[in-house]
Amino acid sequence: MTDQAQLLPGTLDLLILKAVSLGPLHGYGVLLRIGQISGKALLIEQGALYPALFRLVRQGLLKASWGTSENNRRAKFYELTTAGRKRLREETEGWNRLATAIGSALAAQPEEV
Amino acid sequence: MKLLAYFRSLAAKLLHRSEFDEEVEEELRTHIQSRTDDLERSGLGRAEAERRARIEFGAQERFKEEIQDAAGGNFIDTLMQDLRVSLRALRKSPGFLTVAVLTLALGIGANAVVFSVINAFILHPLNVPDAESLYQLERGKDKAGNYSYPDYLDLRDRNRSFDGLAAYDIAGAGLDTGKNPSRVWVIAATGNYFDTLCIQPYLGQFFHASDERGPNSAPYIVLSYEYWHTHFQDDRGVVGRVVQLNKRPFTILGVAPPEFHGVLMFFHPDMFAPLVNAEQIEGVTDLNVRAKRWLFMVMGHLKPGVTRAQALADLNSIGSHLEKTYPKEDGDMKFALARPSFYGDYLGPAVQAFLTGLLLLAGLILLAACANLGSLFAVRAADSSREVALRLALGSSRRRILRQVFTEAVLISLMGGAVGLWGSVLLLRALSVWQPFARWPIHVPVNPDATVYLVALFLALVSGFLFGAVPVRQILRTNAYEIVKLGSTGTVRQKITARDLLLVVQIAICAVLVTSSMVAVRGLVRSLRNNFGFDPQNAMLIDTDLGMSGYKIDNFPEMQKRMIDALQAIPGVESVGLADQVPLGDGPNGASIFNDKTVDLRPANAAADSFVFSISPDYFRADGVALLSGRTFTWHDDQKAPRVAVVNQEFARRIFGSVTNAIGGYYKMRDREHPQDADRIHVVGVVEDGKYASLTEKPTPAMFLPLSQARTGSTWLVVRSRRDPLQLGPAIRSTVRDLDAGLPIYIQTRYKELDTILFGARMATMALGVLGVMGAMLAITGIFGMAAYSVSKRLRELGIRIALGAERKQVLQAALGRALKLLALGSAAGLLLGILASRVLAFIVYSATPRDPLVLAGVVLAMSFLGLLATWIPAQRALSVDPLILLREE
Repeated sequence: MTDQAQLLPGTLDLLILKAVSLGPLHGYGVLLRIGQISGKALLIEQGALYPALFRLVRQGLLKASWGTSENNRRAKFYELTTAGRKRLREETEGWNRLATAIGSALAAQPEEV
Repeated sequence: MKLLAYFRSLAAKLLHRSEFDEEVEEELRTHIQSRTDDLERSGLGRAEAERRARIEFGAQERFKEEIQDAAGGNFIDTLMQDLRVSLRALRKSPGFLTVAVLTLALGIGANAVVFSVINAFILHPLNVPDAESLYQLERGKDKAGNYSYPDYLDLRDRNRSFDGLAAYDIAGAGLDTGKNPSRVWVIAATGNYFDTLCIQPYLGQFFHASDERGPNSAPYIVLSYEYWHTHFQDDRGVVGRVVQLNKRPFTILGVAPPEFHGVLMFFHPDMFAPLVNAEQIEGVTDLNVRAKRWLFMVMGHLKPGVTRAQALADLNSIGSHLEKTYPKEDGDMKFALARPSFYGDYLGPAVQAFLTGLLLLAGLILLAACANLGSLFAVRAADSSREVALRLALGSSRRRILRQVFTEAVLISLMGGAVGLWGSVLLLRALSVWQPFARWPIHVPVNPDATVYLVALFLALVSGFLFGAVPVRQILRTNAYEIVKLGSTGTVRQKITARDLLLVVQIAICAVLVTSSMVAVRGLVRSLRNNFGFDPQNAMLIDTDLGMSGYKIDNFPEMQKRMIDALQAIPGVESVGLADQVPLGDGPNGASIFNDKTVDLRPANAAADSFVFSISPDYFRADGVALLSGRTFTWHDDQKAPRVAVVNQEFARRIFGSVTNAIGGYYKMRDREHPQDADRIHVVGVVEDGKYASLTEKPTPAMFLPLSQARTGSTWLVVRSRRDPLQLGPAIRSTVRDLDAGLPIYIQTRYKELDTILFGARMATMALGVLGVMGAMLAITGIFGMAAYSVSKRLRELGIRIALGAERKQVLQAALGRALKLLALGSAAGLLLGILASRVLAFIVYSATPRDPLVLAGVVLAMSFLGLLATWIPAQRALSVDPLILLREE
């Protein structure tokens, strides 16, 4: 637990979009998928997931429908809308640019200045 | 359309709210169960797995709220949710709801009523075009509004500041349309009256300046809309019809518009007629007498661009010219401008001061209501502090809880506002149709409009936030952990808080109101038993004017004597007296009196002002006025006999030094019928002092002249009888009808006539009474709130005391001691203030004095009763504490 990193503000939405882009998921499923794709390196407060899901639905980036979970529970499944897919692409690019910039900034050596 | 769609979706969301809540609930449940399954699979027991899953999930309550915000997101959704919770909570405590709504209804209702009146009378001045530039002319130190016709003509023709000056007088006249003759109130107006006011006829036409061609040249009348509506049934054919006014033919020219009632706020005349016909309408024999100031009002619109100062300078230069040219007739001619709606400075400032006072009181009442509701809310917050703590512990935000509290407060305030507004509209509607005096066309037309509703809404919202804010600190300081662990603990407050102070002030105000209303009631009762200088019991009063039936001045005394003789013959009648005005009637005439040696009878040389009455020989006996010395009149004191008078003690003392000196003495005054002549009058008798114009007046000189020497058509008959005077009514009516069927008369008891005089005092007493009751109700809720608060805070402590064997008395002392101490403090302060304030009351209510053991005892009793009433329920609660149950619960 101790080596898990705190999420940066605003990154939870991006992670949810990414998780759902790999196939429709219910809330708990999103949590598991994020854990899986991040190598369990990110700490997510479980309850905080739901306000974010509802917000994304309201923004029209996700759509929700009721279905049955793998162990036969009624569950709400989320999937990406077209707008959601577009937003994920943009955000991913943005994030990559930022990460590259920060990464190269932090990798700078004295002689390069 | 978009808006419609939005509201439809909103409505759907609201209706399906609980469905939404359930779905969220289910989704979260699924999550926790799935997590539990996973944890169970990893080797934990089911129960332990579930516990872990819940802990990992975090504060469900908080996330639900956040979901709420994220999903619906908008303000109205949350509001609706809060509203539903509030309604549920309020439904659970109907007692609290009722008290709160009623308290606020009182506060807001009182404000709505007062504001409506101010709105109708001050903010919306007068229903004539350009009311802002309309002024009436006042004159001299007394701000007199009355003028003679020649003075009016000079002012009208010489001034350069007004767009026309109009004048009018108010007169009662007899109207005969072929049916029963009835008395009507006529505005006798100058020809330019309607044109100066820019009023257009509703029907037919008005009279104009061009119609004035000398005395009695314009026999026209214009009906008011109301009179046309009620007496001519909206018959459009009335235009051109000839009716009999005072037995003379007058042609109906037209009907005035519905919203026009002349320029006086309360007085609605029945019709308008040209002033040049004043002789026919009200028996003014000579329009051209400069000393006879019979015109009621002179008014006009300032020309555009002319300032008040310029207009006054203009008028004053005309005035000083008049003073110089007519020194005998025209006294102080320095002018002032005033609003005509309340007859300028005669009533205006008094009405304004009265309304301002009322507004202040109403504001105080609302403030007190808010304070009370604040403490009631604090009690609720204290009672529910465990719940609040629980919600906080479950992750609900303080902001959300506060929002809930405010929603509840505003909800209550809106309900209270609605109830208060409803009550005030009912009250105002009653006030609008109310006619306080049967004889006078007095109306109080107040109709609440949109402004009033807006103000009420605003007040409701403001007060909601005001009292909702009281428990805020309490909630912000709530320490969830401590309260959940220990239960609500009351620390015994010892220092004096702002809330205590407020309560004391409130109780003091209540005590002031109670004191002053009791003083007023006592004063009123006592003033009715007082000696007025006449005897109002066992007498009837008949009032008419011979002019209304077409009599001329030379015939007045003869007809009046015939009336007296005929009434005298009715069985059971003891004596009949006649006077042109009776004391404490419509208001007696006044005159300047001069010493016998004075030659120049200009107003500045007057020795005193005196009331003047024209009376028949038997008047003193009939009205129960005691003759102290000398003789009264006989029918031989007529036009040919020397001028005589009977004066009252005050007159004798002021002019002659004493009663004995007065008998046989002489004084001078202007002739009643021909003001340009001076009369030398011989005093033949002295009567006791009386009250003439008001009950609160100081002893004032009064003189009584024989009917035949000061002839007037104004006729008041006092019929004293041995029987119940009311039984005489029909006999009196038929007797007068036998003499002249065309004479409209008005009959009531002598005592009833005092209604007009007592009107102010009764109104003041009633207003104080109502305010007193309001104050009392607020004091009750205030004390109740305070007592209930201290009991509920200390319930545990009280339980322990009872468990340890405390007596009932000690428990009550502990629970209510503070509230009762505050009550005593407030009452004492209020009683003292009330006694001081009652001195002011003595101006309105005759013989009102606070130094009255009955009043003092009454106030103490009333306040103790209030205290008992307010602390009853909290006391019961404190006494019924069952220590066992209480301690087990904690």
